[in-house]
Amino acid sequence: MMLENYVFYLFALVTIVSAFIVVFSKNIVHSAVALFFTLFSVSGFYVLLRADFIALTQILVYIGGILVLIIFGIMLTNKVTGAELKTRNLHFIPSVVVTGIITGMIIFLLLSTDWNPVKDPFSPNSTIKQIGFKLLGDYLLPFEIASVILLVALIGSAMYARKK
Amino acid sequence: MIDIQYFLILSAVLFSIGVIGVLVRRNAIVIFMCIELMLNSVNLSLITFSSFFSNYYGQIFVFFIMTVAAAEAAVGLAIIISIYRNKESINVDEINILKW
Repeated sequence: MMLENYVFYLFALVTIVSAFIVVFSKNIVHSAVALFFTLFSVSGFYVLLRADFIALTQILVYIGGILVLIIFGIMLTNKVTGAELKTRNLHFIPSVVVTGIITGMIIFLLLSTDWNPVKDPFSPNSTIKQIGFKLLGDYLLPFEIASVILLVALIGSAMYARKK
Repeated sequence: MIDIQYFLILSAVLFSIGVIGVLVRRNAIVIFMCIELMLNSVNLSLITFSSFFSNYYGQIFVFFIMTVAAAEAAVGLAIIISIYRNKESINVDEINILKW
């Protein structure tokens, strides 16, 4: 029980600090590397919440797919040796003030709500079997539509990125 | 045991860091990464609810969100690369040909 708390705080620290580095780093490559740590520790939270299938999917899709795509995008759109990698910030103070106010309101709402969760939220069983039955049972049509979306995205991105 | 509020507050903080990034940074790829941060925080809160209320609907929703996020990443980066080929820049202040 105590170990769970320590793991939570460790992952929370890694997530927040690396998310700040993603946002405020002047070098885009540093942002991408920090995004790796953010995604990985979010996947750690999924394990902590007993969502093992989603944790694996997070590592496969986000780190193995999207992050690699982003790094390719950085390499293709920046002159690596030049000053192009450095970018400036804009409207810093008003953005932080407005976002801070909204976040404070959200946190106040979260703390003042009586959530009343069920008694034992963390079942030790694997979730893969239930998710598989639901995906190929109740959610078969959305599952197939998702595959069509991926096919359309594949064709569309190949068409856009191709040299005319 | 960790309360549900801790996870939800963490998710809210992560989301607002992503919002600050989208508002402040002017590089299209950094804005893109901040959108991924926001998607992740929403996924985290969905998984939290799914786990604390003991049903699997949240996890299935997160699965579909990840599918759409992967499609969005592929198409978005293709658009960014196409813009870079035309304008030699991905600063969103300079990409204003759709503005009056």
